[in-house]
Amino acid sequence: MTNAIVFGSYVPGNSRLHRLDPRAKLLLCISYVVLVFFANSWATCLLLAAALLAAMVMSKVGFRLYWRGIRPLAWIILLTVAFQVLFSTGGPVYWRWWLFTVTRDGLVNSLIIFFRFMVIVTASTVLTATTPTLRIADALAWLMQPLTAIKVPVNQITLMISIALRFIPTIMDEAVKIANAQRSRGMNLDEGGLIKRLTRMIPILIPLFVDSFKRAEELATAMEARGYDPAAPRTHYRQLHWHRRDTVSLLLLLVLAGAVLVLRYTL
Amino acid sequence: MPEIKLSDVAFAYSNSKRSALTGVNLTIAAGSFTALVGHTGSGKSTLVSLIDGLIRPTAGQLTVGTVTVGPAARRQDLARLRQHVGFVFQFPEQQLFAETVAKDIAFGPENLGWDPDRVAAAVQQAMAAVGLPKELASRSPFMLSGGQMRRVAIAGVLAMQPDVLILDEPTAGLDARSTAQLLDLIAKFHREGRTIILITHQMEQVARYADQVVVMNHGRLVTATTPARLFADDQLLAANQLTRPAAVQIAHQLRGRGVDLPAVLTLDQLATVLAPRLKGGPASD
Repeated sequence: MTNAIVFGSYVPGNSRLHRLDPRAKLLLCISYVVLVFFANSWATCLLLAAALLAAMVMSKVGFRLYWRGIRPLAWIILLTVAFQVLFSTGGPVYWRWWLFTVTRDGLVNSLIIFFRFMVIVTASTVLTATTPTLRIADALAWLMQPLTAIKVPVNQITLMISIALRFIPTIMDEAVKIANAQRSRGMNLDEGGLIKRLTRMIPILIPLFVDSFKRAEELATAMEARGYDPAAPRTHYRQLHWHRRDTVSLLLLLVLAGAVLVLRYTL
Repeated sequence: MPEIKLSDVAFAYSNSKRSALTGVNLTIAAGSFTALVGHTGSGKSTLVSLIDGLIRPTAGQLTVGTVTVGPAARRQDLARLRQHVGFVFQFPEQQLFAETVAKDIAFGPENLGWDPDRVAAAVQQAMAAVGLPKELASRSPFMLSGGQMRRVAIAGVLAMQPDVLILDEPTAGLDARSTAQLLDLIAKFHREGRTIILITHQMEQVARYADQVVVMNHGRLVTATTPARLFADDQLLAANQLTRPAAVQIAHQLRGRGVDLPAVLTLDQLATVLAPRLKGGPASD
């Protein structure tokens, strides 16, 4: 557990993607994900995949790290694809047994879903690998700013997100520590069936919960002691600066979107 | 009683290029009291995690008693290490989870597969050893005071009756009285014949209890020596950002003013050698 690369963890670096404004990166990522749903042909899919590949190369993060980021989700992806293959209907039937049928449409759908899953997960990994989580939270806050007009407590929401993100590594570390303590007391995590393994999580989960509640309370006290007022207007320690390269990156995405849409609706 | 022997042991976390531990050779005699010192990140915790079989060495070999593990060690062998070794983690009260104190302490012995009578006896014995009143057995560990919670956690490790007891800064965050009680307790386990490995930043504890002190720095073992030799070596102390215990420091300053004193480690020893001089003659006893 100690050496697992957490899905979505930041990989420090100084590539062009790292230097991009987090707001630009967030917008790019969101629009890319939307675009993926417009892809309906080999050409569009290849175009999108190529764009993603270019971003991955530019991030200089290394494909092995990306693969490690995706690997934990492999089972979910495979399961969804399997469901699509076995249960969707339409088109010529290739194979049938009991409730399961493999049809042409099912195969096509599963292929599309597989593609979407892979590129969306990878694209968001590119975002999280090149952007510290707190920066993403800042970008999110900026993106949600218009919602203050309809009385959405954007500042509180972003604070909650920042705190949650900030404490993921802390809680992971702690889970490892507690697991080690219980293993040292003879607990064996790797043996037995599913139920047995789940009940074995109790000695890890309860201390983890207790500590998280304790920490939350301490954090709240510390914030109040420093005069935190949820209603006060906020300033930011980390200022975001929009550069020309950010505008350029959005323009590039616009070109990509145009190409995908043209391919979809004219060919 | 098992002897602990590390030969050329190295360990690297797979997600980091820097190795946490390199080329460590160390022998810890059965029944000895070894203090492990070094600043944060020097590899102390990694070293004891290896001895407890929580991680596998990436190179070299490690022997505890009859169990030897190397980079290709099987899970079962690592688990066998843990049967010999008890590990009291830093802030061990954070690992409590059961509904009652007794159930929490019984967790370790039950995992060892002991029969219920033996488990119950071990729980009672462990509670007595750490000085927890019997009435607390049926209470929730989360309703106890911090000091009591720590004692429950330590009892949970002791109940497994390990031959080797590792303690990672066991007195951190305790008040003076609880600290003294806990150290007395550890000294008692040592007298009973257990091997003690104590990670600490308190040089007073090193001077008073340890018969071997291991200095770690940047994942390497700097030296394994006696407290007396370590505290006499100014260069070694400075290079590893260690301080002298108060008694050694005072004796050092007195010697600088021309008072001729033998080597001392603890305040008690210092008082014994100073008292006769202050009275102006040899002590009557």
